[in-house]
Amino acid sequence: MSYIVEINNIAMNYQSPNGEIPAITNVNLQIVKGEFICIVGPSGCGKSTLLSIIAGLLKPSSGSIAINGKEISGTCEKVGYMLQKDYLFEWRTIFQNVMLGLEIRKIKTNVNIEYVNNLLKTYGLYEFRNKYPSQLSGGMRQRAALIRTLALKPEILLLDEAFSALDYQTRLAVADDIYSIIKKENKTAILVTHDIAESISMADRVIVLSSRPATIKSIHDIKLTCEKRTPFCSREAPEFRHYFNTIWKELDVHV
Amino acid sequence: MSKHIETNPSKERIQYLKARKRKKILISLTQIMLLIVFIAQWEICARLKIIDPFITSQPSRIVNTIIRLYNEGQLFQHIGVTCFETIVGFISGTLLGTAIAIILWWSEFLSKVLEPYLVILNSLPKIALGPIFIVWFGAGTTSIIVIALAISLIVSILEVLNGFLATDEEQIKLVKTFGAGRLQIFTKVVLPANLPVIISSLKINVGLSWVGVIVGEFLVSKSGLGYLIVYGGQVFQLDLVMASVIILCIAAGIMYKAVVLLQQLFIKSHI
Repeated sequence: MSYIVEINNIAMNYQSPNGEIPAITNVNLQIVKGEFICIVGPSGCGKSTLLSIIAGLLKPSSGSIAINGKEISGTCEKVGYMLQKDYLFEWRTIFQNVMLGLEIRKIKTNVNIEYVNNLLKTYGLYEFRNKYPSQLSGGMRQRAALIRTLALKPEILLLDEAFSALDYQTRLAVADDIYSIIKKENKTAILVTHDIAESISMADRVIVLSSRPATIKSIHDIKLTCEKRTPFCSREAPEFRHYFNTIWKELDVHV
Repeated sequence: MSKHIETNPSKERIQYLKARKRKKILISLTQIMLLIVFIAQWEICARLKIIDPFITSQPSRIVNTIIRLYNEGQLFQHIGVTCFETIVGFISGTLLGTAIAIILWWSEFLSKVLEPYLVILNSLPKIALGPIFIVWFGAGTTSIIVIALAISLIVSILEVLNGFLATDEEQIKLVKTFGAGRLQIFTKVVLPANLPVIISSLKINVGLSWVGVIVGEFLVSKSGLGYLIVYGGQVFQLDLVMASVIILCIAAGIMYKAVVLLQQLFIKSHI
């Protein structure tokens, strides 16, 4: 079986004048196409570092990342990244914002512009394409940010606490929204979050990391019995509580 | 978000708007009255010999001086020279300052190396360099512009560089995920995010450039408002000094307003 993402023996140390800080040790993970992976772990454990390494933004101290069997060095156009906030540029219209990636990769072809326009139409932002980000609601902004990422047709989406900047209600709605778009576009996704419920509601597999230096503590296959597998409905499934309690115990949170 | 259009304002709303308008008018009226009273008492005191118009001048004599300058064809020549030097001073100060800030942003090494020099140059009163510039660039317009430039340059560099360095790291990370290099990080994020900073430094430089130009004219020039002030002082013609100062007030005010207008125009076009 071939994997879309292979994480081979990743270790990461941060150097600072005061010494060496090991952030990640010995992480191995294989992900198949179309899978939705959530990574949870105690805060400050190196979740985001791991994501930056997969994105090619950081070079690991040792180990390698392979996308579609090919080892990467630096960023890769098959990987899209979504940050904690939407980071839409206030000085650009929505259309100019979603074109940012194409502009930087210098592939502003008619075909790609057409593709972006279709995405905007499908996800209800076409009428707002000439508006500025400040004129949009939080949910719409997050959607625009996703379209900006999808414009480059990535096969893998990395989401770094992508919903944590939103208030709770918006967050539930946006998680549903983004989840359905990711599934519809048939993308592979890796979501980093500190929210256990969010991870169970969205993931096919939940990866639990230990505290620093992070390593994989356990992997949970999430199998829920519910009619429609949307993040919102998933929270109603009878197994949900069980998963929650198990992961909660593993995270071993102390106040 | 969107503007609330009122078709049928409530009674309370009408009252609120009325009170607001009344307050605004009252402020403007008081401002104008203050000016009129000041000018009037100045004129009256001078006429009644309470103050000596030879030392304090007086409004009617100032107006006559301005008219005389105008009739001799000198008025707009002096204003023009000074305004030209000032405009060249603050525009070149901002542009050059931004250019140097870009270089320092690009090379962290260079920026670290030059940091102590910039700090010292920043605390040095640049006017002290005036005589050096006069020796180097001659007693003329060039020296005056260089003095104006020297005053605004270092502040511009520091301010714009600080803006560049304070660019949101996450916004930079975003364009990095799209594979942006150093140049694209600059053109797509750092520069557009800091245009407001550059414009605000332009605004500060207007004031600094005026200082540089007037001091420069004190030192060397044969024309300009600074020259008129110094010349008037030397020959004890306070009318000429006061007239020049008042013209300077008006010119500086207009120039500042123009830059503020430019800024508002810019902000509007960028929301």
